[in-house]
Amino acid sequence: MSFFGFGQSAEVELVLSDAESRRRVEHKTEEGKKEKYFLFYDGETVSGRVILTLKHPNRRLEHQGIKVEFIGQIELYYDRGNHHEFVSLVKDLARPGEFTQSQIFDFEFTHVEKPYESYTGQNVKLRYFLRATVSRRLNDVVKEMDIVVHTLSTYPELNSSIKMEVGIEDCLHIEFEYNKSKYHLKDVIVGKIYFLLVRIKIKHMEIDIIKRETTGTGPNVYHENDTIAKYEIMDGAPVRGESIPIRLFLAGYELTPTMRDINKKFSVRYYLNLVLIDEEERRYFKQQCFALLSLMQLPVAMGRICPRRPLGSPPCPDHGEETFRKAA
Amino acid sequence: MSEAAVADTRRLNAKPQDLTDAYGPPSNFLEIDIFNPQTVGMGRARYTSYELRMRTNLPIFKLKESCVRRRYSDFEWLKNELERDSKIVVPPLPGKALKRQLPFRGDEGIFEESFIEERRQGLEQFINKIAGHPLAQNERCLHMFLQEETIDRNYVPGKVHQ
Repeated sequence: MSFFGFGQSAEVELVLSDAESRRRVEHKTEEGKKEKYFLFYDGETVSGRVILTLKHPNRRLEHQGIKVEFIGQIELYYDRGNHHEFVSLVKDLARPGEFTQSQIFDFEFTHVEKPYESYTGQNVKLRYFLRATVSRRLNDVVKEMDIVVHTLSTYPELNSSIKMEVGIEDCLHIEFEYNKSKYHLKDVIVGKIYFLLVRIKIKHMEIDIIKRETTGTGPNVYHENDTIAKYEIMDGAPVRGESIPIRLFLAGYELTPTMRDINKKFSVRYYLNLVLIDEEERRYFKQQCFALLSLMQLPVAMGRICPRRPLGSPPCPDHGEETFRKAA
Repeated sequence: MSEAAVADTRRLNAKPQDLTDAYGPPSNFLEIDIFNPQTVGMGRARYTSYELRMRTNLPIFKLKESCVRRRYSDFEWLKNELERDSKIVVPPLPGKALKRQLPFRGDEGIFEESFIEERRQGLEQFINKIAGHPLAQNERCLHMFLQEETIDRNYVPGKVHQ
């Protein structure tokens, strides 16, 4: 995004030094379009050049200084005025003066920390970008270049399954099992639903993946739930002793990694919703939190592992567990 | 784990189903029929009552088979009791048909055959929806409505336990 002031006399361009070799990935913009951006990881150096082109080579360009910044910030859509910068690096390229011809400035931000993954959501955006600024008296000439950052995790050593018996007393008892508690973005959820007691007339059963984006703190917490997927796993009435398999391929859905309390500003969590629908369209459901990771071979410390919950223990609101209940 | 590795998608181990469970009668049998409408009484005190037959194998109902006669106002009573005491959203009843009760109509009003049949169907749908709801099955008013010969309007509302 560059400002085109009244009678723009100079143009600023940002070019990365490894633009040819660096991988580009797709990332959703705020408007929902998909665009490609250069991909960086935590600790990588960000280097390139700022190219200043004078529109009228014989006229002098007076300026109050030229700098380039590397910024990582969180923007809450309802509070656009306040950007929360968690990474802010600056390099001065030129002191105030004037130019009579186009210039090229090299810059390097060495081993830049990029602690969080880029995220564009419903109410919040976390982005990283380079910003070159030519300060002038009336209006600055600015050029920004967004980049995308992915975080990495190793495969967790301990990835216990989730297994639980839930139901409505004397009416519907089921045992559900999911093979892991942490899945990566191209993983497969393998599980099963075992019917211990069926005294209602079930018509079908489905699994929904819910994404919950939480923004704000204290009394101003706001949850935005989004159903990413609905997948029917059973059609027809089950009886006692029946076991229904689950095999849900995650690669087909638009998912991001689980993000916990990023810079104390927002969280992104995922839930599996098991929903049973009876012949009168009544819905019975059990919601279960699970973690999504983006995995690569590079070793980076993993987050906390969700412990397996023993039968009968109270639900854990921190992991989004709720007791099995029916809608009216 | 590299992304190129194929995930293990084999089914989880499951207990084989007992054949008596697989081929036995389902434990969710519940059927309620409303039929045999009969108009009783004279003049202003005339009303139509319907026979209500219930067959079930759900253990929460004391009787596995029951047969009672109910009239429209009994259904209204049940709806009010459930709306007050239970947390469920009670489905609608077929209409009260007040217009049909006004004088100087060309037809039989609320004793018209086609109207009675329409109402019978609506009541049947209503009671089947309610009786199958696990929360409604806990209410004493529902059990009294379905399985006791007369409705005691001075009863003590409460829950039924197994």
